[in-house]
Amino acid sequence: MLTKLTGGIVYDPANKINGKQKDIYIKDGKIVNKPRNADPDKEYNIKGKVVMAGAIDLHTHIGGGKGNIARMLMPENHRIDPVAHTDIKRAGTGHAMPSTFVTGYRYAEMGYTAAFEPAVLPVNARQAHMEMGDVPMLDKGGYVMLGSDDYFLRMMTAKKDQQAINDYVAWTIRAAQGVGIKVVNPGGISAFKFNQRKLDLDEKNTHYNVTPRDILRSLATAIKELGIKHPLHVHGSNLGVPGNVQTTLDSIAGVDGLPVHLTHVQFHSYGTEGDFKFSSGAAKIAESINKNKNMSVDVGQIMFGQTVTASGDSQRQYANHGIASPNKWVCMDIECDAGCGLVPFKYKDQNFVNALQWAIGLEIFLLVDDPWRIFLTTDHPNGAPFTSYPHLIRLLMDKSFRNDMLATIHPEAKKMTTLASIDREYTMQEIAILTRAGAAKITGLVGRGALGKNDWADITVYTENENREKMFEKPDYVFKNGEMVVKDGEIVKTVWGTTHVVRPEYDKSVEKDLKKYFDKYMTMKMGNFTISDDEITEDGRGSITVHPTVGEKI
Amino acid sequence: MTTITEVPSPFCGIGSDDLTIQVDGVSIKVTENGCAINTPAFEEAIADIDPRVDGKMVSLDVAIKRAAKILKKANQSVIGGCATDVNGMRALMALADRNGAVVDNMNFTGAKRNFLAMQDSGWMNTTLAEIKNRCDLFVVVGCDLEAFSPQFYQRYLWNKESMFLKDTSKREVIYIGKAPSGKASTSPKKAKAKVLECADADLPEVMAVLRALVKDHPVSVDEVAGIKITDLKKIADKLKKATYGVVTWAAGALDFSQAELTVQMLCEMVKDVNASGVRCSGFPLGGKEGDQTANQVCGWQTGYPARMRFSSDIPEYDPFLYDINSMFANGEVDAFLWVQAFNSRSVPPHGGKIPTIVVARSGMVFEEEPDVFIPIGTPGIDHSGHAYRLDNVVAIRLKKLRDSGLPSTAEVLTAIEQALVS
Repeated sequence: MLTKLTGGIVYDPANKINGKQKDIYIKDGKIVNKPRNADPDKEYNIKGKVVMAGAIDLHTHIGGGKGNIARMLMPENHRIDPVAHTDIKRAGTGHAMPSTFVTGYRYAEMGYTAAFEPAVLPVNARQAHMEMGDVPMLDKGGYVMLGSDDYFLRMMTAKKDQQAINDYVAWTIRAAQGVGIKVVNPGGISAFKFNQRKLDLDEKNTHYNVTPRDILRSLATAIKELGIKHPLHVHGSNLGVPGNVQTTLDSIAGVDGLPVHLTHVQFHSYGTEGDFKFSSGAAKIAESINKNKNMSVDVGQIMFGQTVTASGDSQRQYANHGIASPNKWVCMDIECDAGCGLVPFKYKDQNFVNALQWAIGLEIFLLVDDPWRIFLTTDHPNGAPFTSYPHLIRLLMDKSFRNDMLATIHPEAKKMTTLASIDREYTMQEIAILTRAGAAKITGLVGRGALGKNDWADITVYTENENREKMFEKPDYVFKNGEMVVKDGEIVKTVWGTTHVVRPEYDKSVEKDLKKYFDKYMTMKMGNFTISDDEITEDGRGSITVHPTVGEKI
Repeated sequence: MTTITEVPSPFCGIGSDDLTIQVDGVSIKVTENGCAINTPAFEEAIADIDPRVDGKMVSLDVAIKRAAKILKKANQSVIGGCATDVNGMRALMALADRNGAVVDNMNFTGAKRNFLAMQDSGWMNTTLAEIKNRCDLFVVVGCDLEAFSPQFYQRYLWNKESMFLKDTSKREVIYIGKAPSGKASTSPKKAKAKVLECADADLPEVMAVLRALVKDHPVSVDEVAGIKITDLKKIADKLKKATYGVVTWAAGALDFSQAELTVQMLCEMVKDVNASGVRCSGFPLGGKEGDQTANQVCGWQTGYPARMRFSSDIPEYDPFLYDINSMFANGEVDAFLWVQAFNSRSVPPHGGKIPTIVVARSGMVFEEEPDVFIPIGTPGIDHSGHAYRLDNVVAIRLKKLRDSGLPSTAEVLTAIEQALVS
């Protein structure tokens, strides 16, 4: 079947198309060149409408144990946002941490076609994939968490060579079916189990004698040498601590030019100036990102309102439990592998710290020059639920709206931000880079986030609207693999996306020592730890898409 | 005859995955690493193969159609048991969503005590491998652990090697409430567990005093429920001196009114120990008959644990109202589906004169024949699948061990759901 989208204004940064009127042809789920003598079986007249690839969220907590604890922790937050079933949709609940079905529906209804879970604990990866298996509409994938797992830390203490580390990293990403590697508070989750309540970049884990700086460098090197396209995904040390801007700058310096992605960098950009000893470090962070081309960031913007923070960083979550709102929270130590912490938060515009956090995030967005190295996230649900993205896009694209919002926040916070003096407004093409082309590139996806020949036809069509929030919250059409799945902002068909993975090569002999380790210290057999392909595909809905490592042909 | 090694078990709750099993046709023998719970559960012979309607053998298709007819006619159906694997639970939820049913996991009345505490104030918990490698003080509250899990001590406390303890036999074990029924808690060096016995009903008081002592609050009595305050003070001190203390309980065993407050007391005490400057974690026991699996799947699909309903087209959660036993007592149910893929002795509760469908492990024997009985395969024996372990983090990959021809829970429930639409 040949489908034609006629007359849309296309923003396709991957192919350097910036707001040009262009017809798009779709056949067998993919975009094709205009065929010579074929009439389309189906034509959509989208004259003058804005056309982009389906959006990609490269950091959103949509699947995995801690997210499910967050759901269970907050029944009152679900009660305010029930979603009824229809003939084509399952029932579920929204708000801060929506149920899996509602997650898929709401993302698709905003024009998203892929989302990546950034904190897949290897030992909990099965759950992450099962939950994502129940997220309809979207492609998905996960970054596998390493760096506080005892096997890796033992290797570091024993000063195993980089090759051995690489083999272990590759083995783990394959066993857990991941597309990238993440490190969370490097070594800090482990340190918390040894009763260290904080861990600076150059502070040693008391048991392993290893610093976060060592861990960062070792894992970032492994990613580079294995050819994994997504740079090491780093949730840095000292999240949320006033003064952590220095930790972040030191971390950037510490990786010696290796490719690294700093996630939710807003939470890591705090100074200690001013009457309240809390200030914006955004300018310094942006300057460093602009200078260091090896770095990329996503922001982790906060929005005002109720949410629940769900993080692998048990150490920092424990430290923040005192400000839980409502006052209930969960911390877990997990399987000599990782940990997690769930702390409900209510960000308030009249709270000085929250108001300044909001401004810091926006400053980072506006001060980082290269749109290919910065990404639009709220670290869902930690800064805000993903459903706030259209509002965030308006804040970025509309200076007068931004200044109107700025006028309403805590007056002392307003004094502490340079936001009012920043004139930049994001262009349509830049939004397309942040949420499509750039996101696909940095996660190493082939054939997504772009609208060229042979790309998968994940396409979103919007009606141009001066009010960017209204424009981006309700696309006219969303196509997934060439099929229309959303019309006028409503799901019209439920489909199931693929799971993106990478499979770097490694020396199989790594399994010899791992098997011994599992037998001696773990509570499951190594063979039962590894996730097989059929676990993802056997329900008849799931599929796996393997992306090449650097230089690899698939 | 074939031998299969590293077989994971969905029965014991602790996710044992080192069983060796011999399969001869459809008969199974556990030859290594079995226990009083796993061995009989694996070795149970297949009895029924054919579904029955009104007590008469019928084809699967006929049974499914009849089941669908019962559910379709109902104003308020309930699905109880919910004892199955992840895919079974997925199909169960889809059916419940379509039918506007109540979903109530059979162990929820126990689990509710944990959920109420967790949803009110939260907790700090740990998992099996952390216990195995770190725990130096193990406090068991109100539960006979070795009856719950015969292999727990041997696997997770008296393990020979651990990453962070030089000598695991020096771990200290303390019981508060029930005394242990055997010697599993006695260390390899013959050190017996310290036992402070009291009646279950006295646990709220005892735990309140223990928490007060942890917080250094003055306590003006000399004893509580027959336990000397000085003895409790020693435990409070040990908790605050341990490197990695673990406090465990089984919500199902705390069978007294408002036991959720005792769970909460215990969880808040664990937080207090952490606030005092050392590490300590809670460890809730459960994970049998698929209860964690039911709560996990229901949790990610609806946002709520597995006592909820779809009656108004939206998920609604209430840990009290949607207890199927009280719904039966109130006459609120007109169709009942019982799903139990693991245990043929776990028969449905008596719901009165209500059309009843049972989808359960082959071999279930009924006092009163249900309207429809569909024998199904057991996850981890007759088909592959996934089940959650008690610590809720690890999902084990269940293996298919034999070709019995019995359908899976998911196949049967999906077929019933489809029959509802057609």
